[in-house]
Amino acid sequence: MSDPPPAAARTAWRVGTVIEARPETSSARRIVLDIPDWPGNDAGQHLDVRLTAPDGYQAQRSYSIASAGLGSRVELAVDELPEGEVSPFLVEDLQLGDRLEVHGPLGGYFIWMPQSVTHDARPVQLIAGGSGIVPFLAMVRAHAAIADPTPFRLLYAVREQSDVFYLQELLQLALSGLKLDFVYSGTAPRDWPVPAGRITKEALAGLAIPASEKPRVFICGSTGFVELVAGWLIELGHAAADIRTERFGGT
Amino acid sequence: MGHVDGNAIAGSLAEIFPFDVTAAVGRCAHCGSTGMIGDAMVYFAATGTIVRCANCDEVLAVLVETPSRIWLSLSGVRGLTLPT
Ligand SMILES: Cc1cc2nc3c(=O)[nH]c(=O)nc-3n(C[C@H](O)[C@H](O)[C@H](O)COP(=O)(O)OP(=O)(O)OC[C@H]3O[C@@H](n4cnc5c(N)ncnc54)[C@H](O)[C@@H]3O)c2cc1C
Ligand SMILES: [Zn+2]
Repeated sequence: MSDPPPAAARTAWRVGTVIEARPETSSARRIVLDIPDWPGNDAGQHLDVRLTAPDGYQAQRSYSIASAGLGSRVELAVDELPEGEVSPFLVEDLQLGDRLEVHGPLGGYFIWMPQSVTHDARPVQLIAGGSGIVPFLAMVRAHAAIADPTPFRLLYAVREQSDVFYLQELLQLALSGLKLDFVYSGTAPRDWPVPAGRITKEALAGLAIPASEKPRVFICGSTGFVELVAGWLIELGHAAADIRTERFGGT
Repeated sequence: MGHVDGNAIAGSLAEIFPFDVTAAVGRCAHCGSTGMIGDAMVYFAATGTIVRCANCDEVLAVLVETPSRIWLSLSGVRGLTLPT
């Protein structure tokens, strides 16, 4: 990650080969692609995956990239929507060695750049709901890899601990500077100090960097989650211009 | 399904423009507010993709993609400013 950020990397359709695929949670899968001509990507960017059926029918979906920086290794984490068109294929059927058509890297809107580039020392608050953690993995990894001095705080809302993506890695990063908070909507782990329940405005106020510190805020997850959290943050005094959102769809 | 962000059509826009449009700032032709394309609201439908102003909800752009062509209308965007 000491390489310069590949901000101006050109976007193109490319073919990746699946070099790693393993369960991330009971419904999600981590998929690592080797894309030989990948130009690298900024932390938070996504790519589009295109599937083509034998009869020519095509389906396309966006997936955030959990990795950042240079290199041909591109990591995704996909949550399966049982009735979905594309995610069940990626989670259940895609095999090691399969080739996948991808378009990327994409998006200069939902990205985090090092302080050495932005000269912005304000703290950063990341708020994830479920699979919305994926772009933040890229950000916290990039942040840790270059020992960026920006204070980072991550709030991760999940149903229960078994639904947490990248649990071990996040706990590891929490030991080296990342401020990490969980909100459990279903079942909290044993000995958890607060009872489980849907995230509330009060919980958000207590677990996010306060508006008075003027944090830059990134929110990612289902559309309903993002709407809820973004609305509360505005009510709590955060400026709309300081909030970036990545809605994954759904309700 | 609910809407997503302008960022979600970065791929389709990259088929048309040689630069990343999602970080560009556009002015809404309806209400005059400015915002990044990434901030706009995107609705996917079987017939095409509709981009609406996050401030006034009016249509900024319509995108229709078929396997052989892409059609883009930017009728609701008055001016785009790009970081260089
Ligand atoms: C920028 C971005 C990043 C994302 N990153 C992740 C991620 O890291 N991990 C993850 O698990 N999910 C991610 N998603 C969600 C993902 O794109 C899919 O929506 C999800 O996997 C469900 O797809 P499906 O085909 O299985 O479900 P479906 O039920 O078949 O799709 C859900 C509904 O959304 C519509 N839809 C969704 N995306 C598109 C599109 N691009 N074009 C046209 N219609 C669409 C479908 O028509 C359908 O109505 C991301 C979404 C966006 C916008
Ligand atoms: Zn408007």
